[in-house]
Amino acid sequence: MNAVTELQTRALAAIEASENLQSLDDLRVRYLGKKGEITAQLKSLGSMEPEQRKAFGQAVNAARDALNQAIAARRSLLESQALENRLLSEKVDVSLPGRGEQRGGLHPVTMAMERAIGIFTKLGFDVATGPEVEDDHYNFEALNFPPHHPARAMHDTFYFGDGRLLRTHTSPVQIRVMEISKPPYRIIAPGKVFRSDSDQTHTPMFHQVEGLLVGEGVSMADLKGVLHTFVNAFFERSLAMRFRPSYFPFTEPSAEVDIGWEKGDGSEPGWLEILGCGMVHPNVLRGCDVDPEKYTGYAFGMGIERLAMLRYGVTDLRQFFENDLEFLRQFH
Amino acid sequence: MKISEQWLREWLDTELDAAALADRLTSLGLEVDSVEPLGAGLDQVVVGRVLEVLPHPNADRLSLCRVDAGTGAPLQIVCGAPNVEAERSYPVALVGATLPGGLEIRGTEIRDVRSEGMLCSAVELGLTDDADGLLELTDESPPGTAITDALGLDDVIIDVDLTPNRADCFSMLGVARDLSAGLGIDLKLPRTLPVLPVMDETFPIDVTAPDACPRFAGRVIRDLDASANSPTWLKERLRRAGLRPIQAIVDVTNYVMLEYGQPMHAYDLERLNGRVDARLARAGERVDLLDGRNVELDDDVLVIADDTGPVAMAGVMGGAASAVDKHTTHVFLESAFFAPAAVAGRARRYGMHTDASMRFERGVDPAHQGRAVERATALLLEIAGGRPGPLLEVVNETYLPAHGSVALRRARLAQLLGVDIPDQVVSDILRGLDMRVETTDVGWAVSAPPSRFDIALEVDLIEEVARVFGYDQIPEQTGAMPGSLPSVTESAVSLSRARAVLVDAGYQEAVTWSFVDAELDRRFAGGRDALALANPIASHLAVMRQSLWPGLCQAAAYNLARQQERVLLFESGVRFIQQNNELLEENMIAGLATGPRLPEQWDAPATSADLFDIKCVIESLAGLSGDPESFEFRAAKHPALRPGRSAEVLRFGRRIGNFGELHPTLAKALDLPAAPLLFELLAGPLLAAVPPRYRPVSRFPAVRRDLAVVVGQDVPAGELLTAIRLEVGTRLAELRVFDVYTGEKVETGSKSVALGLILQDTSRTLTDAEVEGIMHGVVGCLAREFNAAIRE
Repeated sequence: MNAVTELQTRALAAIEASENLQSLDDLRVRYLGKKGEITAQLKSLGSMEPEQRKAFGQAVNAARDALNQAIAARRSLLESQALENRLLSEKVDVSLPGRGEQRGGLHPVTMAMERAIGIFTKLGFDVATGPEVEDDHYNFEALNFPPHHPARAMHDTFYFGDGRLLRTHTSPVQIRVMEISKPPYRIIAPGKVFRSDSDQTHTPMFHQVEGLLVGEGVSMADLKGVLHTFVNAFFERSLAMRFRPSYFPFTEPSAEVDIGWEKGDGSEPGWLEILGCGMVHPNVLRGCDVDPEKYTGYAFGMGIERLAMLRYGVTDLRQFFENDLEFLRQFH
Repeated sequence: MKISEQWLREWLDTELDAAALADRLTSLGLEVDSVEPLGAGLDQVVVGRVLEVLPHPNADRLSLCRVDAGTGAPLQIVCGAPNVEAERSYPVALVGATLPGGLEIRGTEIRDVRSEGMLCSAVELGLTDDADGLLELTDESPPGTAITDALGLDDVIIDVDLTPNRADCFSMLGVARDLSAGLGIDLKLPRTLPVLPVMDETFPIDVTAPDACPRFAGRVIRDLDASANSPTWLKERLRRAGLRPIQAIVDVTNYVMLEYGQPMHAYDLERLNGRVDARLARAGERVDLLDGRNVELDDDVLVIADDTGPVAMAGVMGGAASAVDKHTTHVFLESAFFAPAAVAGRARRYGMHTDASMRFERGVDPAHQGRAVERATALLLEIAGGRPGPLLEVVNETYLPAHGSVALRRARLAQLLGVDIPDQVVSDILRGLDMRVETTDVGWAVSAPPSRFDIALEVDLIEEVARVFGYDQIPEQTGAMPGSLPSVTESAVSLSRARAVLVDAGYQEAVTWSFVDAELDRRFAGGRDALALANPIASHLAVMRQSLWPGLCQAAAYNLARQQERVLLFESGVRFIQQNNELLEENMIAGLATGPRLPEQWDAPATSADLFDIKCVIESLAGLSGDPESFEFRAAKHPALRPGRSAEVLRFGRRIGNFGELHPTLAKALDLPAAPLLFELLAGPLLAAVPPRYRPVSRFPAVRRDLAVVVGQDVPAGELLTAIRLEVGTRLAELRVFDVYTGEKVETGSKSVALGLILQDTSRTLTDAEVEGIMHGVVGCLAREFNAAIRE
């Protein structure tokens, strides 16, 4: 009996000490194999007395089960250690950059434009477009600019010498929409506009979004409401807003709109002009066969570069058109 | 328009400070650009009397002055101004003063002579932008008097930016009137009593063009004191309005212009011949103008002429021949109403922009001419004496602007503004603006004063009420919008999706000028002429682009010159094509790629991008349509692209754009180190889309068969693919080109194309026999159509 116990203790210690699967397997063969020590003990049963055999058999079987269990446990441990070692040896440097193309980015004017369009679309405005080469009728006359009026001179128009011109604002789209369809109108017109002016705060080409809403009973209170809604949505904060009387031939009353803006240098917020607007002039409506007694409406126009500069903190307007990758890559 | 606060306060009695007045002006629509206190930094500048002027011992152009500045012993001051004279007074900046320009005055040696201060010009005091010589002080303020007191400099200049409709506010009168209405207080106007003539002398006034000059007022004044100087207060008011004092007669006419908005002109009576006539110029007539130029007049230019010819360009600028100067003692004053249409644009045509033309173009008060003459006469008599003749006036009522009454409906006012304004407030506002107001059943009947050219319609009155009432009093209304859903279509992919595809492919969006260099554009357009601007802003931005490529190439060159080695740009925008006398504005999506295929990285070879990199981008864009089979790519020449590496893109058989490698000669011309890859596609047809159509997903296994065929070098792989697709039909689930080989293992002039066919049926598993049959058909078809051999 003592011999079996002693054998089991010795074998268990050896299993516990085994360092790899091979040595573990060697131990299995040594103790439990066909010629193993436990197997030899079992074989010796046949030569024993029946009552002695029973007790001895139980002890040897128990020892065998214990060894089997110990070997399985040890194998499982050694296997998982081996796997872990292999995986560790195959590790990669996850701090290396990812492979492949790097994403480009949108132009900041597009970002601001899409943002404005998105907000107005949610407010129920449809998008309309018009040509960039226009004529006097659409750019001025139909918008109630009297011939020779100083307001025309203020527009610094590019001409082609044959009556055609580059539109100086997106307002001609108002006329094109009203000429081909019936009220009510609720459109925005995003696009490029051109003025023959180039200095630190002017580029000969820039972008505007025009808005036009005409219906029955539309008032200046609606105009104020929609613009304040837009501005707060665009800048994602509640901004003070000021409507100042101004003059555009195609709206009356006309207003310029300022927002209260913090420069971020700790100074008091100041008023910053961001757009022009007003109630559509009855002459404009009448010219498009819309009855100004039945319908009233508002129009507004805003410079996209201006919005982009404020939104993204760009300080030099001219950078928008230099297409310097170092500038462009700051936008996504 | 620069407004002196002091002057304003003479006419308006209000407790508000300058900043508050400026805010009110802005809220009335008279936008204030700046509010600048005058006389800041002048606390150590005093009146100094020059006692003696001696030549500087060491410098010809400098003089040595002894100046009594009220500081005890006279100061010795070195002065470089040519107009310094003894017995006259000028501003002296004492040692220790810091002038508005930042100049610090220190006791110093100038050419070895001690100088204890500086005699100043108006520029140095920050009063004007230019001046010739020292500011001479004509009033008898004793030496040592603070200059701010002597010149009344405790003033604030409010600069108002006027909109073109407010002609009436190009004067103190107009601005003060608006402000009085805005503040609800009375306007205290200076009294102008008619001057009693002391002689009968008149001067003949003809008006040959009465439509252009419906009212012409004038007066002869004799025996003015030619040596009389304008008083300091008058000169200061001119200066503060941005005008330069010149001499008394001119100063007075300018003053009246500032006060009433009526430009005037004074002729030297001795230099006028026979009469004045307001008439149109005869083509080819010339006139010497006050600015020294001699211009040839068009026959639509209104002039004032005497018997010898034009003596002034009416409403724009006077002539040199009849101008007053420092010897003039007899004058003829002109104060006319020139119709805006007769003046508009003329000044600009001759490159001029004068205080007079600016006012006449917008319209001056047509009732004010006589009053202006009276005011100018009174001032002249006060300053320079003289004997006035009777007021002369030639009027053609027919051509004076008509001013009827305009109806204003209460309901319309409330509807348009979205706010109810009490009747009393409405009529008070209108009366405050000098309008005559009568109540009617539905509202008011309103007559505007003649100066208000801009009031002709009901809506003009609504605006007047709104701006004085205050835009800030109009509520903000949100919510109720006329209901209709903006159109939402699936028949076109949005431009944003296309942009996203390009951005994800590594492209950065650019925005280049719509106008480009004519020669460059022509080369990209194969010699076709572009639409040219008549007044380009620069010669290299002179024509409307016929392609987005020149701009993109220039942007690439710009970046490559700034240490960028890889440039991927795209742009969406319009190109302008002239075709059969018609201008097509085509919306394009264009792109450019140059440099390595991928950004430099640790596990990718550094190969250069080639045509197939941009083709992949185009295929991605085509895939947006949901209908890539409708696209076709075909080798085709393009004037800007390298032969053999250029192609066109077709959709439904119609060409929608090109792509390829820039022609090396153009690359060289653009200073591009390597020819970039370019594409340009019509956005409309590119983005036309179909909604997805569901096809059953096959539950049966697919079979792959590979095939390598040897064909002639010139056989386009695309045609092989098309032929196979047609041959196999719906059982071809996918078709891949996995290798193209030329070299030793195939015959010269041939290439081997390795194709992978993935075959699948939706209703059952294909048998080996069926697959073999399909492949047999494919091989036969390729052999027949392309003389293709199977490569073993």
